[in-house]
Amino acid sequence: MGHTLAEKVWRSHVVRQAEGEPDLLYIDLHLVHEVTSPQAFEGLKVAGRTVRRPDLTLATEDHNTPTTPGPVLDVISRTQLEALTANCAEFGIVHHRRGRLGQGIVHVIGPELGLTQPGMTIVCGDSHTSTHGAFGALALGIGTSEVEHVLATQTLPLKPFKTMAINITGELAAGASAKDIILAVINRIGTGGGQGYVLEYRGEAIRALSMEGRMTICNMSIEAGARAGMIAPDETTFDYVKGRAHAPTGEDWDAAVAAWRELRTDDDAVFDEEITIDVSTLAPYVTWGTNPGQSVTLDDVVPDPAVLGDDDARGNAERALEYMDLTPGTRMRDIGVDAVFLGSCTNGRIEDLRLAADVLRGRRIADNLRMLVVPGSQAVLEQAEAEGLDEVFTAAGAEWRLAGCSMCLGMNPDQLAPHERCASTSNRNFEGRQGARSRTHLVSPAVAAATAVTGHLASPSDLSPLPDRTPVEV
Amino acid sequence: MDPFTTHTGVGVPLRRSNVDTDQIIPAHFLKRVSRTGFEDGLFARWREDPSFILNQEAYAAGSVLVTGPDFGTGSSREHAVWALQQYGFRVVISSRFGDIFRGNSGKGGLLTAQVAQPDVELILKYLENSPGATITVDLPGRTVTAGDIVAPFQVDDYVAWRLLNGLDDISLTLQHEDAITAYEASRPAYKPVVTAETGRRTPIQVSTKPAP
Repeated sequence: MGHTLAEKVWRSHVVRQAEGEPDLLYIDLHLVHEVTSPQAFEGLKVAGRTVRRPDLTLATEDHNTPTTPGPVLDVISRTQLEALTANCAEFGIVHHRRGRLGQGIVHVIGPELGLTQPGMTIVCGDSHTSTHGAFGALALGIGTSEVEHVLATQTLPLKPFKTMAINITGELAAGASAKDIILAVINRIGTGGGQGYVLEYRGEAIRALSMEGRMTICNMSIEAGARAGMIAPDETTFDYVKGRAHAPTGEDWDAAVAAWRELRTDDDAVFDEEITIDVSTLAPYVTWGTNPGQSVTLDDVVPDPAVLGDDDARGNAERALEYMDLTPGTRMRDIGVDAVFLGSCTNGRIEDLRLAADVLRGRRIADNLRMLVVPGSQAVLEQAEAEGLDEVFTAAGAEWRLAGCSMCLGMNPDQLAPHERCASTSNRNFEGRQGARSRTHLVSPAVAAATAVTGHLASPSDLSPLPDRTPVEV
Repeated sequence: MDPFTTHTGVGVPLRRSNVDTDQIIPAHFLKRVSRTGFEDGLFARWREDPSFILNQEAYAAGSVLVTGPDFGTGSSREHAVWALQQYGFRVVISSRFGDIFRGNSGKGGLLTAQVAQPDVELILKYLENSPGATITVDLPGRTVTAGDIVAPFQVDDYVAWRLLNGLDDISLTLQHEDAITAYEASRPAYKPVVTAETGRRTPIQVSTKPAP
């Protein structure tokens, strides 16, 4: 019997196997940021250990960093950032600091620098490490004890996962995006549906996506509870990696591509689970609740908990609607928002910014609405400015910010006030995620931009065409 | 890490499902650089409500958390485990846990006992009817005892072995350093190493649409 993509990557990284013990896997790349690493470095020092492979480790600052210029005013945040700088200096780890090219959200800079490549094992103390699976890498979010383990040994003891095929068939409907695909997947299998699984996204609609779109999909695998998400590498992948700062060159490139072409699930391999979603009629998805599975299409209404599944789903929905201050039957398009956030490791790449800028060019955001546009990395920022996108955003009335995690997680100064409602291109709509008692609707970049214009949840097709140009196509 | 064998303590019924790690400890509390002091952040938003279970006197000494399915989903923050432990919890009982949270718990010595949902429901009702009642969690026997209820629980065999013996993962792995070195010698030459190179001359490439 053949092997799945996940199994192939797993098997090529086994350092040691023993009956009754987890496999010991080698880790090709370890990404480090300021929040989940200080206690790991502290542990190393207390035990008198060192970093085994600083050359396979890259650090940056993203979670805690303000996205406005100037010093970090919050003392505790500054201490954490300084701790990372000191730890990297002590252990010889390359560290991309705020404002330097190379800095950005961990999951944006890895691919951008060409460090994320097919067939690798990649870990980071952040659950959205699943992003890198878009390249056919096995990429896992880990906790701080595991961060310490990888720093000390460059390995991790791991129990094998089950595998689930997610077949995305049909040609993606006009107006829908990668974000809508993954929200539809999570809606279908639930926030716990992927637990214990590595998801492999397959099918023609996946093959047709850019690397940015594939990253958006793999990024949110964790929101379905999965340990990782993967997509088999193809020409799109190779084209993306080629020529980047850390990409192989010359003979190494040829050898790498030859090996990468083998990274696909064998025809006779068997998945533990398989689901299929046809996206030829997919509409934009929007969340109404407080977990990423609680979503409907933009054309729909806020659901009535009374008609939802079992007692548990009903109780959850009632609680979520109370928190979100929503009434069943309300049209999603009638929900007004106070803020729009465009950015994050889910949708903070250049393609996302271009798409939103296309919608906003020549338009103004609604009165009394705040829109934050936050590039995922310093390189995305520079590229966007070179293309004049920053001017499009500021002319529309949005704020153009520096790279970082920003309003995705309520940890840095970019936060919502209590009860403020936000259309957000990020990945989590948990209670309080964007600030205490804040309310989040997860949306695609296109919906975020259109929502900013109208002030309520909307898609670009809802906007009246501008007089001097053709309607926006997304 | 201290070995874990059997624990008896006050059970706290938290009747909620899908408790994500942002609820267990909001991001705002994650800024410390030490491993201690996270107990104040535990369920911080919910504790603002005086009627929240942890604000009730009967559960002040709580050490066994009993809760709905899908506990610990979301963010990988190990601070969630530290917050629970530093508050005084030794065991969490649920029918389903987030994978990363469960892994983190095993590393830190917090026992995640996976109990079938009908049994969780019985235990929740028992605790709600007898506030302050104790629960006994027996790791070698893999059972939870609450009043007359005796429910089996599941935990990964390897994690149980490590918890019972109080073993630290890193020292276990370092016993196999020769195998790691041997594997390293076999890695293909094309695998990347990190340099200070930032790609200043490598524009961000987008595969589907040209720059406008």
